[in-house]
Amino acid sequence: MTAALAVRDLVKEYVRGTRVLDGISLEFAPAGLTAVIGPSGTGKSTLLRCINRLVEPTSGAIVFGGRDIAPLRGRALREARRQIGMVFQEYNLVERLTVMENLLSGRLGYVPAHKAWLRRFPQADIDRAFDLLDQVGLGGFANQRADALSGGQRQRVGIARAVMQEPKLLLADEPTSSLDPRTSVEIMELMREAGRRHGIPVIVNMHDVELSKRFADRIVGMSGGKVVYDGGAEGLGDDVLTAIYGGASWIA
Amino acid sequence: MSAPAADRVAFRPNWWTRAGWLLLLAYSAYALARLDFNAGRFLTGLDNGARFLDRMFPPRVAQADTLVNGLTESLEIAILASFAGIVLALPIGLLAARNLMPPWASWPARAVIALARSFHPVIVAILFVKAVGFGALAGICALVVASVGFIGKLFAEAIEEISLKQVEAIRATGASFMNVIAFGVLPQVFGRFIGFATYQLDSNLRNSTMVGIVGAGGIGGALFSAFQRFDYDFVAAILLSIIALIMVGEVLATWVRGVFLERGKVDEE
Repeated sequence: MTAALAVRDLVKEYVRGTRVLDGISLEFAPAGLTAVIGPSGTGKSTLLRCINRLVEPTSGAIVFGGRDIAPLRGRALREARRQIGMVFQEYNLVERLTVMENLLSGRLGYVPAHKAWLRRFPQADIDRAFDLLDQVGLGGFANQRADALSGGQRQRVGIARAVMQEPKLLLADEPTSSLDPRTSVEIMELMREAGRRHGIPVIVNMHDVELSKRFADRIVGMSGGKVVYDGGAEGLGDDVLTAIYGGASWIA
Repeated sequence: MSAPAADRVAFRPNWWTRAGWLLLLAYSAYALARLDFNAGRFLTGLDNGARFLDRMFPPRVAQADTLVNGLTESLEIAILASFAGIVLALPIGLLAARNLMPPWASWPARAVIALARSFHPVIVAILFVKAVGFGALAGICALVVASVGFIGKLFAEAIEEISLKQVEAIRATGASFMNVIAFGVLPQVFGRFIGFATYQLDSNLRNSTMVGIVGAGGIGGALFSAFQRFDYDFVAAILLSIIALIMVGEVLATWVRGVFLERGKVDEE
């Protein structure tokens, strides 16, 4: 089996000498949903942002699409990045643009600047955007402004925007942490669905252990910038959770 | 354990503030005395003012073509200067935003803005009259400089306050720098930019009636010579038509704001 994504000896120091990521090595299969769990500040977000290079890794390799994308710069970096969709905790929609404009912004890696400024997107992209809106249950919302939507609706737009990229990998940084329990489940269903429909791996940072057990094919537990658990939901016993989060009194 | 009584003071006296107020009062008194300002002179002045006002009414349009040409020229100066100023201020303001640009780009841009802001438009107009000669061109140049300074500064500040999360999301799609600007940055500042631009149009309209006093075109020249000829009734006519012009400008600015902002987005498909 060839991995769709391989992270090797990844190290990130925001401050010299303090390792937020301390030599992470992980391989991701071409399909399936991986949940990354761990306490706040343990480097989950940093790991995700190193993969699409929103954060510069200090050292290590990120092998994606058959090559190491860690040293890429400029155009080559942007071309790698447009194959990686990302969903954010606080949705990160452009508030003053319409839902349709937010979706089409997923195509900005492919559309030249003069066309993007004039909103001249290919008709195929626009058709696809309308289809995706129907898929995430927001048909009819195309011309609403993003700041008029509820949290759950915004995250649906966030997922649709990422899928618009036709990505080969989908990342999500705590996509449900700002949402109520029911909406969280709906969003996770959409994430899993997006991965299956397009046959791509999905990596989701999460806080909710139960939700990750329910949706993930594989769970990676991180603590102190290292991987301390890597396996299925069934192996996630109290001893493992203690190793990830420390303490024991919070486990019901 | 409660603090000792001496520490339980809710509002501590601030001696620096009190000293500051005292200093301001003392300086005002000193400046008044130095400038020989007293009640007698003020009362004589009121009397003069009443006679001056009396001679202004009824207003009389002594030279209709001078008035119309001056007003038209002022309007042209204001609109051309606003347009050119806004077009120039956009890239300069963007370059000056420190959260998007590296220091080697933002510092020169900030220097340009600071320079453009350091003089009153009338002083800049005097410089341009010397450089390009009498007439509207000098006035336009002076007001372009003022517009670049004002809009450039406020635009840069608006960009520095945007949400970087929205920018991050656009970067994550693999968008080029220009596309990040178009979809991640401009939508966040567009509304405020329209506000600055219409305010500057308004301000340019006012200033375009004034640069003529130093020979840089517009109605100001006619106003100044009417004053010097003691044609106070013509002065009154000019002043009233300036008021009308400013009001038209106000309506224009409100309309522009309405067109761009009530739709509430960058553009219609």
